[in-house]
Amino acid sequence: MKNELNDLYQEVILDHNKNPRNFGDMHDANHSAAGHNPLCGDHIDVDLKVKDGIIEDVKFHGAGCAISKASASIMTTTLIGQSVEEAKEMFKQFVDIVTTDPEEEIDTLNLGKLAVFCGVREFPARVKCASLAWHTMKNALDDESGASTE
Amino acid sequence: MSFNQNSPTTVSAGAMMTFNINKIRADFPILQTEVNGHPLVYLDNAASTQKPQVVIDSITKYYTEQNSNIHRGVHHLSELATKLYENARKTIAKFISADPKEIIYTRGATESINLVVSTYGRKFIGEGDEIIITEMEHHSNIVPWQMLCEEKGAKLRILRMNDNGEISIDNFKEMLNEKTKFVSIVHISNSLGTINPVKEMIDLTHEAGAVFLLDGAQSIQHVAVDVKALDCDFFVVSGHKLYGPTGIGFLYGKKEFLEAMPPYQGGGDMILSVNFEKTVFNEVPYKFEAGTPNIAGAVGLAEAIKYIDGIGIDKIAAYETELLDYATAVVADIPELRIIGTAANKTSVLSFVLSNVHPHDIGTFLNADGVAIRTGHHCTEPVMHKFKIPATSRASISFYNTKEEIDVFVASVKKVIKMFS
Ligand SMILES: Cc1ncc(COP(=O)(O)O)c(C=O)c1O
Repeated sequence: MKNELNDLYQEVILDHNKNPRNFGDMHDANHSAAGHNPLCGDHIDVDLKVKDGIIEDVKFHGAGCAISKASASIMTTTLIGQSVEEAKEMFKQFVDIVTTDPEEEIDTLNLGKLAVFCGVREFPARVKCASLAWHTMKNALDDESGASTE
Repeated sequence: MSFNQNSPTTVSAGAMMTFNINKIRADFPILQTEVNGHPLVYLDNAASTQKPQVVIDSITKYYTEQNSNIHRGVHHLSELATKLYENARKTIAKFISADPKEIIYTRGATESINLVVSTYGRKFIGEGDEIIITEMEHHSNIVPWQMLCEEKGAKLRILRMNDNGEISIDNFKEMLNEKTKFVSIVHISNSLGTINPVKEMIDLTHEAGAVFLLDGAQSIQHVAVDVKALDCDFFVVSGHKLYGPTGIGFLYGKKEFLEAMPPYQGGGDMILSVNFEKTVFNEVPYKFEAGTPNIAGAVGLAEAIKYIDGIGIDKIAAYETELLDYATAVVADIPELRIIGTAANKTSVLSFVLSNVHPHDIGTFLNADGVAIRTGHHCTEPVMHKFKIPATSRASISFYNTKEEIDVFVASVKKVIKMFS
């Protein structure tokens, strides 16, 4: 349990929780969505500025646990400069990471910063925390205004 | 810290004297288990309580030697099962000073409230009538009333609470009027621990000509309840919070109300005779018990009540208060911790938030130390809105807990705070 807990709450996650990147409002966003996890009361707003199919800027704000906050923060840092298609691909990849059976190996080689979320799958109750920001981002890109991980 | 490090059996203060905690803990097999390599510290008793061996044995014995369907059977096992089921009803009735005919078996508090809403509520509450609940109700005492109000055009009125999580009798008096038809209120709050001044509220409700339902889901296991002395019209209970099995609970209702109410569900056992032209309903309480019931559940629940009675609810109350006072005093030293629910009159629940850690993270870390608490809104979302927080962490106490367990819990909380600072 100790090791699994350390895998879940890695230094990087604690750091992003404490000092979230790209946290705040965006006034010239052209894609936005609100995400909500009714079970634990977490909520998050994701704003994106997309130009010519490229994500120029991402910001988020809201309240949630360390896992959901760090996940949102790390997500914003990986998305800036990516194309919308790449962002949607990363969304799929992220959902895979946190839902793969713990017995199965995950190839972390191509995961980059997202690899720190491999530990989440050991904690079924926390999968929704980790994926809330990603679902919200995807909804924003698809121009659906709300997301819920319940 | 100023607590006593000795074995709890030798603690000299107050209720501890008359309470053999080691013997009690030995009665609950699950308390001997480990979680994540640590002895289980079970502080999630408001969600569900653990079961003593006698309850587990009674269910095993029922299925091993006594099982059959009840009522109308002429063979030995059917008569035996019927007797056990009806004796269980008597045990329940005696525990709250009611008549067995006033006890209706249900799946639990939720179903009991729904039964009252959809029978009494549907028949006697109409357009423009008012129903009063409090801001601290469990969702099960909010949503059924909202559904009824939607259907009937009645109005749901909310009695607010102060920042300690207390309601005021004066505010309640102001809300009561000739339109008030029903008052449905939680006896002890599951998310705050507040003990509400229900005797006074029941009397005021009756003076206003309205009917009172008391939600006892969190009270019957912590304080003595005498429905006749309280004079409530309905009282609802979940067996699994009272050291009994899940899937069984009961509704107490005054006989004159039960007789005036239409049946709840239709089917076998709730009828005297069935003809396609006219069906005659059975007498109370059977009128409300359609279909084959949870017989083993009733047997287990009665056994749990006998167990509690054997220890004595007053001793349990005194010991649990002492534990809560202890826990409250110890966490007062933690500057990052704020207690949610600081009513002058409270019991068994320590809800809190930490300034730097979200409840979900707290719950996960405590679990790694074998400590079971609950995090979230505890099915009382309006309470979270009132305190402007998304969720709380809640440690809820039972008489089988110890000061040593509180210490393990507090040490674990301190560790989390440090980790996130
Ligand atoms: C105050 C209160 N009322 C009602 C309920 C509903 O109980 P059940 O889910 O067992 O029907 C609960 C359970 O948490 C409760 O705490």
